[in-house]
Amino acid sequence: MDLGIEKSARKGLVLFTQYEAGSAIKKAIAGGREDVLFELRESRLKGRGGAGFPTSTKWMITAAATAEKKYIVCNADEGEPGTFKDRVLLMEYPEAVFDGMVIAGYTIGAQYGIVYLRGEYEYMFAMLKEYLEGMRAKNLLGQNILGKEGFNFDIEIRLGSGAYVCGEETALIESLEGQRGEPRNRPPYPVNTGYMGFPTVVNNVETLAAVPHILLKTGEWFRKHGTDKSTGSKLFSVSGDCERPGVYELPWGISVRELLDVVGARDTKAVQVGGASGVCIPKSQFMRKLSYEDAGTGGSVMVFNETRSMLNVMHNFMDFFVEESCGQCTPCRIGNERLLEGVHKLISGDFTFAYIRNLKELGATMQVASKCGLGQSSPNAFLSILENFSDEIYQSNGSGVTHA
Amino acid sequence: MLKQTESRAPVSQKSHKIDKPVDPNSIGATITIELNEKKIAVPLGTTILEACKANQVRVPTLCHHEDLCIAGVCRVCVVEVEGMKSLQAACAFPITSQIKIKTSTENVRKARRHIIDLLLSEHHGECYTCVRNRNCELRALASEYGVDGFTFGHREKKMHEIDKSSYSVLRDMDKCILCRRCVRTCIDLQEVGVLEAIDRGGKTHIGTFMGKPLSEVICINCGQCINRCPTGALFTNDPSDDIWRAIDDPTKHVVIQTAPSPRAAIGEEFGMPAGTSMTGELNTALRRIGFDKVFDTDFSADLTIMEEGTELLLRLKAALVDKDPNVKLPQFTSCSPGWVKFIEHFYPESLDYLSTAKSPQQMFGALMKTYYAQEYNLDPKDIVTVAVMPCSAKKFECNRPEMVDSGYKDVDYGLTTRELAKMIKEAGIFLPEMPKSEFNDPFGEASGAGLIFGATGGVMEAALRTAYELITGREVPFENLRIEACRGFEGIKQASVKLEGCVPAWSFLEGVDLKFVVAHGTANARTVMELFKQGELNDVHFVEIMGCPGGCIGGGGQPIPTSPEIRKKRAEAIYAEDESMTIRKSHENPHVKLIYEKFLTDGPCGHKSHELLHTKYVKRGSFIV
Repeated sequence: MDLGIEKSARKGLVLFTQYEAGSAIKKAIAGGREDVLFELRESRLKGRGGAGFPTSTKWMITAAATAEKKYIVCNADEGEPGTFKDRVLLMEYPEAVFDGMVIAGYTIGAQYGIVYLRGEYEYMFAMLKEYLEGMRAKNLLGQNILGKEGFNFDIEIRLGSGAYVCGEETALIESLEGQRGEPRNRPPYPVNTGYMGFPTVVNNVETLAAVPHILLKTGEWFRKHGTDKSTGSKLFSVSGDCERPGVYELPWGISVRELLDVVGARDTKAVQVGGASGVCIPKSQFMRKLSYEDAGTGGSVMVFNETRSMLNVMHNFMDFFVEESCGQCTPCRIGNERLLEGVHKLISGDFTFAYIRNLKELGATMQVASKCGLGQSSPNAFLSILENFSDEIYQSNGSGVTHA
Repeated sequence: MLKQTESRAPVSQKSHKIDKPVDPNSIGATITIELNEKKIAVPLGTTILEACKANQVRVPTLCHHEDLCIAGVCRVCVVEVEGMKSLQAACAFPITSQIKIKTSTENVRKARRHIIDLLLSEHHGECYTCVRNRNCELRALASEYGVDGFTFGHREKKMHEIDKSSYSVLRDMDKCILCRRCVRTCIDLQEVGVLEAIDRGGKTHIGTFMGKPLSEVICINCGQCINRCPTGALFTNDPSDDIWRAIDDPTKHVVIQTAPSPRAAIGEEFGMPAGTSMTGELNTALRRIGFDKVFDTDFSADLTIMEEGTELLLRLKAALVDKDPNVKLPQFTSCSPGWVKFIEHFYPESLDYLSTAKSPQQMFGALMKTYYAQEYNLDPKDIVTVAVMPCSAKKFECNRPEMVDSGYKDVDYGLTTRELAKMIKEAGIFLPEMPKSEFNDPFGEASGAGLIFGATGGVMEAALRTAYELITGREVPFENLRIEACRGFEGIKQASVKLEGCVPAWSFLEGVDLKFVVAHGTANARTVMELFKQGELNDVHFVEIMGCPGGCIGGGGQPIPTSPEIRKKRAEAIYAEDESMTIRKSHENPHVKLIYEKFLTDGPCGHKSHELLHTKYVKRGSFIV
């Protein structure tokens, strides 16, 4: 099971701890599906991709569905700007991720698992395939896994093609089916009608990687970390103006300030939590807690120090969304273009406050009227930067240079 | 019974409708919800939009269309569902729990207005000169939902060139609002798949394979996309200026033929309810416009029955008497030019099964410049033939290079119902006010059989009325000649008639169960062709296929909007007119008899008719270089 990778000296509470490949699968099979679901529910594990849907609920609905086939899909599209934690998990802790998938397969009654691997991670492809081959050799995949009569499960890896929207679970499924990657109408949800119309669980890499640990050490143990509503730990991918950027496993509920201290950030002006689709937090709010109930994130934390222009930051994010909107629904396709236009006007200084007020209202509409999470979260950065850095933004003198 | 196969459209473009319970009284079949604080019961799986419609709550829609699967992309139909943090698209939300819906909250109103504002910001409208002026869904929404200014700007400059390459369908992408109705129409309703969304984000646009012009892709010209476009982005290639020029030219003898479907629908362009037949009024209006003669396409429909029917009987004889192993059965009808191009592209290997008979439009044109010219002592080069059709593909058909058997272009212009309505308005005529008048001779009278060509199953019914009687010497054994098995809007219909007591000339058909299949819309045509390829139609004799849903009454040149309800009413008008006719069988049409006596003297499928009334097809295939 050795990948020939030297695991770096990572330290953490859950994911960055030792795990013996196959051990959680053994326990799952010995205990039965109900026990897995019980521990999962006890752990209150929520989806690590950012949306925070309770994992046990997802699994239970799919487990309860009667269908000829079921699927478990591992969302390794990791497209959110500033997120690179799944890469670390897949490179260094594949045993936890894939065992998590096997356990999911066992629990929901799926025969197939699919890893939707980000196109840019193609370099991992061969290695991961080799790892899966190793699992097959040890009967952790294949027929009658670990001697469990009738438990057949295998995993396949598919490569994405670089669209950000394909991280959205229904667009991901469309992409897997060979279609243009565009989100579907929900309901029905993938847990009922997913890949090829069959019940499908789509979980983030990190969510799946937590499962074996929860199973071995119990949900109650997991729940002790983090806060009441955000249990366990989280991988944060920290980038930007700090001394030690990288992936950190920290308990949920840590404040922005504490995190900044851990990574050695100085003269910080703003922290973008949750990537391009997240919110921008100013110094006055650094006591806010990283958690589902306060400042939620799928892992991305970007640090901006005093030298950075917030207008540039805003510009960058809006450029990103105009490019990455799938182009399907009106609020996201055209709304983002109008917001980007607004950024240009802010930069040139050629704007009225009434116009900006209209754009803010438009942003609010996009948040509620867009078809999927992409459009719903795309105005977040624009709105929060405008809200939290208004002095700096409005001081633009038309030269495109802002006065901090 | 023939089963329809599942649509091949991508899932994101297909409906996610939940099957409604068969028995509405069974437990759990209905569900009580709250709509604007009023408790109502709806069948499980009803969409919010359907629930609203049934309860007098109007919800604006744009990407939604009754004929199409659900997209949920324009978002103009958003409503509030209690407990959900985002607004939900009413068209795409199936009700499966006891939800509480509000359709007119501040958030909802604001969102709708924003969405319309956004669409306008990208829409290069030119409303004054737009073909859809006063019949534009976007414009209607803007006025209904309080859009009183271009909040987010308005595109002043044209960005795209109009694709005028096609004889039939033109595209102006400056007016496209990306509702994707055309995409869904093409791939899901018609299963052709010419149009698709290309690129993403702000660059998203509707395009063709490799961005080629429409004339160079596998478009079948059915024009169904036009009928469903909410704006003026898609429209037909309008020849009315050329027709005016011909009318104004004293040296030209301009004749017009009108098909039954436009007559049953053109009233809609003048505010009449769907299903109002305007045949007599139209005749008067056309003469007042300046057409020299007004003829009835039903005449050549009767002729088609004679030719196509004879062709079928000859094929049957070859199979049953001569035991010819190469005989091509079943015989497929060939009067729908959309269907003809469809089979040329997708099933070129099966073209021999297609009847060689031209469509009624083309038969008429060929006779006009030969028989009619001869009878009335006219020089065919001075005759201009115009055909009013419910169809955009007829424009392509009359421009097919082989359609010149008269020595001239058989039909000069194909005019759609919509375009004719515009001409009538331009001439200062309000159609419903016109007194009624008759068609001109020598093709003045037609049968009810020719008339019902307009609805799906009509050709089959007309053919059976004639064939059965010729073979057995008796009328078809149905009350009032209504062959119900041919009627109705089921996608694919299949039935048979037993031939008994045959007259001596056709005694070889004694006891034969004449089996036929009727399909409409090319999605159903595809299903039929797939079954045919699998050998499942080996015992079938005759297949009628119309390219458009509902047949010609639902054609791509018909008044907009279209819906199953509207098409049903148009069909009813046609069937009612049929019953009011004295002659209801093609072979009893005295003008048809006369033409075989005087002109086509070697009879149906004889040498002369082969020369003028039959055609050949092109093996196009799916790839066009």
